[in-house]
Amino acid sequence: MKRLIDIEFHKFKYSKSSKVLTIIYLVIVFALMFVGLYEVPFKGAKASLSDLGIFDFPYIWHLSPYILSFLKFLIAIVIVSLTASEYSNRTLKQNLIDGLSKKELVLSKFYLVVALALVVTLLVFLVCLFLGYLYSDITEFNLVFRDVEYVGAFFLSHLTFFAFCLFAGILVKRSAFALGLIGIWCIFELLTFLFTSHIDLRFGYGIWDVLRDILPMSSISNLIVEPFTKVSLVKNGWETLSQSEFEKDYSVRWINVLVCLGWTTLFTFWSYRLLKRRDL
Amino acid sequence: METILEINDLHKKYGNLTAVDHISFTIEKGHVYGILGPNGSGKSTTLGMVLSVVNPTSGNYSWFDGTTTTHQALKRIGAIIERPNFYPSMSAVQNLKLVCKIKEIDYSKVEEKLELVDLLSRKHSPFKTYSLGMKQRLAIASALLNDPEILILDEPTNGLDPQGIRQIRDIIQKIAATGTTILLASHLLDEVEKVCSHVIVLRKGQMLYSGPVDEMNNNHGSIVIDAPNRDDLFAFINNQNYAGSIEKLADGFEVILIKDVDNSQINKDAFDQGIHLSTLFHKKQSLEDQFIELTNQL
Repeated sequence: MKRLIDIEFHKFKYSKSSKVLTIIYLVIVFALMFVGLYEVPFKGAKASLSDLGIFDFPYIWHLSPYILSFLKFLIAIVIVSLTASEYSNRTLKQNLIDGLSKKELVLSKFYLVVALALVVTLLVFLVCLFLGYLYSDITEFNLVFRDVEYVGAFFLSHLTFFAFCLFAGILVKRSAFALGLIGIWCIFELLTFLFTSHIDLRFGYGIWDVLRDILPMSSISNLIVEPFTKVSLVKNGWETLSQSEFEKDYSVRWINVLVCLGWTTLFTFWSYRLLKRRDL
Repeated sequence: METILEINDLHKKYGNLTAVDHISFTIEKGHVYGILGPNGSGKSTTLGMVLSVVNPTSGNYSWFDGTTTTHQALKRIGAIIERPNFYPSMSAVQNLKLVCKIKEIDYSKVEEKLELVDLLSRKHSPFKTYSLGMKQRLAIASALLNDPEILILDEPTNGLDPQGIRQIRDIIQKIAATGTTILLASHLLDEVEKVCSHVIVLRKGQMLYSGPVDEMNNNHGSIVIDAPNRDDLFAFINNQNYAGSIEKLADGFEVILIKDVDNSQINKDAFDQGIHLSTLFHKKQSLEDQFIELTNQL
């Protein structure tokens, strides 16, 4: 295992796209961190985003992972290009000839995917901790780490998505087309959502309620429910508008966790099967 | 004799196309083998199968008498296929270190092999800045990193300029001189003729011959003979029982031999009949002639 990680890290370290995109990712993360510091004039006084309470514990554990999980598309580019360029440079073939088995090859890529998901999760954890302590008055351990489960969901959503990218890269062999495939799949799920919810509304079925817990992209995005309506300002506004109490389950649902783990396993296994059956 | 690779009835079909048709041969330690065949004759597919990148339709092969798995065996061999495959943004050293990691060997040989292929001065430049000749030399260095028990080269001089071809050929000869077993696939016959002791001839996926180069065709070559009096000479030579077809050249006759004969005996017989030979030499049939003859048999 150490050898495989070592091999994959060597490839990652000396790849141009990985360097560039890592830097872009970090820059965006740090830029977002300091958005809270930005103060805007508001009714004669100065107000900043932090005054909304969005950087407070435990809300920060929900908000930051949700916002930052949109950035996984950047890392997806790295994974897809690292995988697909192994085909276009024919280094995949050479790796096999040099003595890496097909199983080891997929495993080494999978370890990279896990490692990247872990690294960004650690990053988001530190960012939350930092912002929370910076803006929040709460320092009690139990309160600080309440709702930290969203960080776990953040990890899983990245892991599953990266495994999907790995599979797409191996399936399509060209990075641009593989990214296209991921995009098309997202659109497909969106259209499925529109179509089924239309039918559901019309005939009173619950097709989308089932599908949204099965389709990979939908499962990934449902891992972390949007946090905006949790903010009292937004919530109160909504309740005033609709004249009813607003209730929503924000927790990480077990069905999503299980389905995401299932997809991760399937994508990795399919990548192996595909590679094994192919002549290079 | 130690067996390095044994191939049994290996068969590969791509849809309706048969790329490799039930091939069997054995590679013994210490020889230099050539796989000969025109483009598309199944050379690369055969090599791809034993190197685990192409799945055989049927048949099997075993490395090192079957004492190890293919995956472990590949760490003991060195192989380059068709064209050099490396990570473009990595330097020569970084690429070779990655190969070391895959083969589970230490970095001690990196410099030595780069020196062997004369790339030390460019070892830190990215691979993509290399010329084709340099890329091919790096591939050879990479294949030699583990001091392999067998070196497999598929068309190593393809696409190179004459200078590059010469460089690669010199390197191969240097390696062959150290006693390393080499398997060289090529459609360039003089390349194979210069270094190989054994050949395997393929055509349309079928194996036509496997064995030592000299025994490829059961033939005795030819002689070129000339004398001041051509008519007498023709009458003389046409009467000999070793003479096959006779071709008239500008400077004498070329006589295909159908039987082994000693040059001094020919000279003596001619002299006895009053013919004074001005030219007499024996010509071995070139590999190219043999190859054409063999591939035309079908």
